[in-house]
This record gives sequence, C-alpha cells and structure tokens, in this order.
Amino acid sequence: MTALLEADAVALAGRLGPTDFAMAGPELVCLVGPNGSGKTSLLHALARIGGPAGEVRIDGLRPEDLGPARRRRLLSYLPASRDIAWPLTALDLVRLGAGADEAKEAMAELDLTQWADRRVDRLSTGERSRVLIARALAASPRLLLLDEPVANLDPLWQLRLMERLREAVRRGQGAVVAMHDLDLAGRYADRLVLMDGGAVVADGEPEAMLGSERLGEVFGIERAEGLWRPRSIEPFPSPRT
Amino acid sequence: MRIVARLPLLLALAALAAFAASLLLPWAPVAALLGQDRPLALALLWELRLPRALLALAYGAMLGASGAAIQGLFANPLASPDLTGTTSGAALGAVVTAYLLGFSAPLALALGAVGGALAALVLLLALAGPRAETATLLLAGLAISALAGALTTLALALAPSPFAFYDAYEWLMGSLVDRSLEQAAFAAAPALAAILLLLRLERPLDSLTLGEEVAQSFGHDVRRLRIEVVCLTAFGVGACVAICGAIGFVGLVAPIFARRLTAGHPGRAILPAALIGGVLLLAADLVVRAAPLGRTLPIGVVTALLGAPFFLWLVAHMRWRLAR
Repeated sequence: MTALLEADAVALAGRLGPTDFAMAGPELVCLVGPNGSGKTSLLHALARIGGPAGEVRIDGLRPEDLGPARRRRLLSYLPASRDIAWPLTALDLVRLGAGADEAKEAMAELDLTQWADRRVDRLSTGERSRVLIARALAASPRLLLLDEPVANLDPLWQLRLMERLREAVRRGQGAVVAMHDLDLAGRYADRLVLMDGGAVVADGEPEAMLGSERLGEVFGIERAEGLWRPRSIEPFPSPRT
Repeated sequence: MRIVARLPLLLALAALAAFAASLLLPWAPVAALLGQDRPLALALLWELRLPRALLALAYGAMLGASGAAIQGLFANPLASPDLTGTTSGAALGAVVTAYLLGFSAPLALALGAVGGALAALVLLLALAGPRAETATLLLAGLAISALAGALTTLALALAPSPFAFYDAYEWLMGSLVDRSLEQAAFAAAPALAAILLLLRLERPLDSLTLGEEVAQSFGHDVRRLRIEVVCLTAFGVGACVAICGAIGFVGLVAPIFARRLTAGHPGRAILPAALIGGVLLLAADLVVRAAPLGRTLPIGVVTALLGAPFFLWLVAHMRWRLAR
C-alpha cells in the first residue's frame, strides 16, 4: 500500500537541512519548535514552495507532475500570513481553491455563511483567518499543510478548528500543522514533531514528547504544577535610574 | 443570468460602437464626398480613419490588458505601464534607434521600443522587488520615468539632425494621426498577440490574491509568470509606443474600472480592462477631433488631462481609506 506522504531528503537552502518525513495513513501531525526552527520551511518543502530539494510523494504522486486542477485534490497550504492582496468577497476567495459547492460547504462548517458576500478587507482578523482556513479545507485534499492555523482565533474557534482537523483525519485526510500552543497540540495530535535549527530533532506520541527532556531543552521551558515556565528566570534589565 | 456573465459581451459591443463612431464621425465630410466622389470618400475612410481607429482600439486595449496584468503581478492598484516607466523606456528605445542609430523603419523602431520597455521593467523589478509597497513602486517608477525622459532629451540633443526635437515632439506626446494602415498593423498585430497571451495568465494572477506561496502551492510557476507578464507588456506596449508615442493613464484607469466589474479579481480583469482601454482611447480620440481649437491636440495630452485628476482622486481616496 502506498503511504499517504513520503518526503525524502527535502531541503531549502539555508533554512531546512535534508529532512525525511513520512505519514503512513491519515493522521494529524503537529510541528512544534521555537521561532526560526524550520516549521514553515518544512511546510514549504512539502508544498513544493520556493524550489526545495528532495522529493515528495502524496499517495505515490509527485505534486510537480500534476496541473493545478489535480494538485488541489492532493495538497493545500495555508500560510501564516493573513494578508490578502485584493478585496474579493469571502466566497470568491474560498472559490480560488475549490468549486462553488465545496466552497459553500467549507464556509458553512466554519460558520461563515453570513459573510459569504462581504469583502474580506471588511472582516475582522479572526474572521479573515477563518475564511482563509475554509479556502485551505474546501477542496478536501489528501494532505493539509497549515501554518499556525489557530493564530488569531478565539478560544472556541481554536477548539472547533482542532475538532475539524480530527474530522478531516476521520475522513481519510492527513494534516501537518505548525503551531505554538503545546497543550492544544498535545491534546489533538496523533504525533508531535519537534524542530530546532532547521531539522527534525524528535518525533513521537504527544504524551511522551511533552514530557521529554528534549522538548524542554529546545524551548528552554519546563512544566511545573501543570504550567509551562521558563527554565531559568532571567530578569529583564530594569531601566536605568 | 447575472449581468456579470454578460459583461465581456456588453463591453465588446461598446468597443465596437466606439470603433464605428471613430470611423464615421464627423459624418459631414464623408456624406459630402459620398455624393460627389465615391472613391475619395472610401479612401478617406480606409486610409485616414481606419488606421486611426485601429490604433486607438489596439493601443488602448494593450494598455488596459497590460495594466491589469501588472497590477495583479505587483498586487498594487497603482501600477501601470506609464507609472512604472515602461512607456518612457519604450519611447527612449525608439528615439535612440531612430535618431542616434539612424534606423527609422517601423520594424527597427518597434524593436528599439520593445528593448527600452523591457529594460525599464527589468530595472523596476530589480529596484522595487516583485511585491513592492505602493510608495516603493511609485518612487522606482518615477525614477525610471525621469531617467528615461532625461535620456530621451539627451538623445534628441545629440542627434545629428537639427530638427530632431521638433520632429519627435508630436510623436513623444502621443499621436494617432497620419499613420498608414501598414503602420497601424505594426502596432495592432503585436498588441493583439500580447493581449491573447496575457489572457492565458488569468488564473495564476487571480491566485496571487492569496500570496505568492499559495500560488506556488497551486502549481503556478510564479517566476515564469513574472517573466511572461514583463515580456508580453514590453512587447505589446513597445510596439504601440514605436508607432504612436507614449500615451498615459489609460493603463492605470482601465484596470481599476475593470476590477469593479470582476468583483476584485485581478486576473479575470484582463479582458474587460482591454475592452475598457480600447473604448477610453477611442473616446479620447473623438474628443481630440471634436475640440474646437483649430488644430489637433496630441491624444497623450487629452488622456493626461482626463487621467491625472482621476489619479489624484485615487491617491486621496486611498489615503482616506488608510486613515480610517
């Protein structure tokens, strides 16, 4: 049986060292790591953005071999930036990645139907984020590559989005999601992948990963009484008097 | 059916009507000649009015289409062939070819103008970057226009012919008058080819709305897209400038109107922008003919007189929106 995702020695010059990454079947993988650790670069390499080295196969197919129409059934990518160049309506924006019915369905799932005909520059940042997420989900690709999808979302929508990603896995999709909320990632992911210095440094089940020495080392944090704290408290220099 | 679906048809009809008006108006001399000397009347239509109407339609459409593509590429509603220095670059190329190198055949002029336009656009990309902020883009465009303008004046001053300035003046201001059908074809054929090829880029340009990364994840080669837009714009606009000189503002205004008809989609605006550009330039030429000044105004002056206030309104409008 072909694996859902096979990435061999994918790399981006100066940002991501040669990295192997695989997903046997549908699962939710969360990428965690400090700023600049290579999470976005790995997502770029998997989505074939910026001329990465190495090879990616999704369901045994190389994305490069497919035209835009078939490629959007294979993968979708949500960038961390919420910038939108032109003030399209929300529905038109979602339709850039999908057909009309799929777009409407994805918007309904994210409770956006009422904003369908509103211009995206007249939505709040959180609503705009949901529109962009709906765009990434709409075509139901085999692999979702999402860069900080919960950023800008309120607590309810953070949870609802994670539930929606679990539902995607139930429907047979794979998801690689970069995020900073370790607790949220630990609660919903099938696998946590820890990145540091442009490389994958650890990969495993969430519970084991969150308790691991390595994760605390990479982030410089530790868990005490159920809360994450900095390992060493370096006081901020007080202003000179 | 939504009216939007019929828009290209309506715009095409408007362009056809403007084209017919350009051929037939003013009607009095045609009618008078038809009564007395039929061959002369046909010659008037065929040799004087047809090239002029054809040039207005083709040049206007080229400016509209390339303006829409450039605005989509830079993700900026203030980009256009004239504001990015492309038309000034083309004018410089044509002037150097004609007055310093001494080649004045239409083909040589067209090649010179295309080369100048290409150089200006490549310089702009190098200076401002692919997704420049409005201020950077306009400053870089302004600098390139100023440089090309100064070099054009220098080239004319250094030209062996003492009449170079006088000779080039009307052409530099932009003019559709007294061009032959052959000359019109020299501008119209490359313009038509460039517009048709630009229309292929609708989808990649639309997907740039979501940013370059997402467009790449869709499988669009953004680098190739950039090269295609730049080369096609230089090719089509360069050929038109070689025959008619530099005409401003149509390439800025037409796409802005066109995007109102395509609900903001930058790529889908290419066809409507081409049709609107054609109508605008045909209309400006009718204004030129109707103006009771006793002599013919260069059409570039008319588009600037109408376009500059629109540009000022646009800048004020953007400032107001940003300040809100």
